[in-house]
Amino acid sequence: MSQLTARNLSLAYENNIIIENLSVDIPDGKITALVGPNGCGKSTLLRGLSRLLKAQSGGAVLDGQDIWKLPTKALAKRLGILPQGPVAPEGLTVHELVAQGRYPHQSWFQQWSREDERITREALEITGVLEFADRPVDTLSGGQRQRAWIAMTLAQDSEYILLDEPTTFLDMAYQIEVLDLLHDLNLERGKIIVMVLHDLNHACRYADHLVAMCGGRIVAQGDPMQVVTEEMVQEVFGMECRIMPDPVTGTPMVVPLGRSAKLARQLDLVNECHVRVLASA
Amino acid sequence: MTAHAAKTASSNTTRILGSRALLLPGLLLCLVLLVLCLLWSITLGAADISPETVYTALFNFDSTSFQHLIIQTVRLPRVLSGVIVGASLAVAGAIMQGLTRNPLADSGILGINSGAAFAVVLAVFIMGDPPLSVYAVFGLIGAAVGAGLVFTIGSMGRGGATPLKLTLAGIILTSFISSFTTAILISDQETLDKIRFWTAGSLSGREMSLLAQTAPLMIAGLVGAVIISRQVTTISLGDDIARGLGQNTGWVKIVAAVVVVLLAGGAVSLAGPIGFVGLVVPHVVRFIVGVDYRWVVPYSAIFGGILVTVADVLARVIIRPQELPVGVMMAIIGAPFFIWLARWKVKR
Repeated sequence: MSQLTARNLSLAYENNIIIENLSVDIPDGKITALVGPNGCGKSTLLRGLSRLLKAQSGGAVLDGQDIWKLPTKALAKRLGILPQGPVAPEGLTVHELVAQGRYPHQSWFQQWSREDERITREALEITGVLEFADRPVDTLSGGQRQRAWIAMTLAQDSEYILLDEPTTFLDMAYQIEVLDLLHDLNLERGKIIVMVLHDLNHACRYADHLVAMCGGRIVAQGDPMQVVTEEMVQEVFGMECRIMPDPVTGTPMVVPLGRSAKLARQLDLVNECHVRVLASA
Repeated sequence: MTAHAAKTASSNTTRILGSRALLLPGLLLCLVLLVLCLLWSITLGAADISPETVYTALFNFDSTSFQHLIIQTVRLPRVLSGVIVGASLAVAGAIMQGLTRNPLADSGILGINSGAAFAVVLAVFIMGDPPLSVYAVFGLIGAAVGAGLVFTIGSMGRGGATPLKLTLAGIILTSFISSFTTAILISDQETLDKIRFWTAGSLSGREMSLLAQTAPLMIAGLVGAVIISRQVTTISLGDDIARGLGQNTGWVKIVAAVVVVLLAGGAVSLAGPIGFVGLVVPHVVRFIVGVDYRWVVPYSAIFGGILVTVADVLARVIIRPQELPVGVMMAIIGAPFFIWLARWKVKR
């Protein structure tokens, strides 16, 4: 069962066709990760699913309705999108940013309400940026800033949250912090999350459903446990690797071989070492 | 950025009016300040007139008094022109900066003023002594064409309309069009005599009749700016974000463009191309009230009025009994500010 789908979707920038005739179902209730090499069309697909990019043909469908036929605010109430690397105007405070998330719920007759304030505050709390509410966004650290943007999307109060590379430009600790937050939002608040990730290991850890793309096509999709194989990584990323169980989560962990022959020779040694470590544990 | 660095940076960017409760009283205070500036400006001139006489001339007009006549026919149109032109240019700048996320956006820099100025000069050149309504019509057309050209040139190539490309396109178009304006003025003595002072941006000799022709445009623009101010805040987060929040950004941009053309076209028809007002004022205002355009727009209007009024007073007293065009005065104030801004605020 899936409410958000793409049907025979073709997307292009000017005359440069990125995706042709693609169909995909976004499973309900889950975290879906779109992965693939640079230029494979994963961000483009996300833009097509969220009406940031108009389809050449085919379309994205939400609950049986073409998303381009829904009123803009009606769609925004159901589906929030956070593009890659958003930059807030200088001086905008975190509270002001998050309050903008209430935009689709407001109109000429329905200006700022107590309900808006309550939901804004809740979004600030959940994402852990309440203490920075009165600070300008541009003075926060990368991780805090990204959480503030997620809070804005959260204040939108939509069932779907789409994110384009939410961890790019962040230090490793902040990457995990952001992914943990998204995981909690899915688990505790039932948000359906669709995100583009460039780190396959992050995708394996945090996604319930993986969509691997290459050259504008979907190469593989499904549970990362089943989908992520050495052959798949070779096909999608053109990279040799070994897959091992992540020592913490048990999810697939991709270890690149690299092109150096020396490395490849040492691999057996490492394997041995690994076995010994596991045996002694 | 480390947490420590983040903390020190925040102290530089905290706005002056931190509490929302202060915004409305602050606005009223600025309005009072504006009125005081206007009254000060009216008393100054070739003959200084006492504030008492100004008061009676305004509220108890005596048509036999020479001083009353000066106030009603010369000084009042001048200060009213100054305040509406200042408000219009400042608000146009604020809207453009919010919409394009470009700190250097200003109707002077983005070629709109010079487009309007060229159209007006062309009208005077062709028609000799055109009816006053022609100024406004040509000013609007010129502003719209100038804006369209700069945006088209600035959006060409990769990456669309970046701040740097838009600014360069504006500066190139401004120098290009201004040279044509100069060519007409040099070749035609009559046109030159008529509007020589005007082309530098001037409030001297503005008549009530021209003010009456152009003010409705600017008032319509100001009302439009207030109406779309909330939308400008949202679109200032970026086009994709605004669309993701359900904003119909296409409409917002069209309405904003019409508002800017009304404001800048009207202002230039009345007082010539006065630069830098739209650049300087919104930055100062955002420093005081933050980036919510529901407040930036009204504050910019009042600050713009104050700035042009004060610049005009300075332009009149600095080389007495001669006077400078207010546009020149604004350039003296604005150019260093522009350099500071380009140095510190433009990242790309």
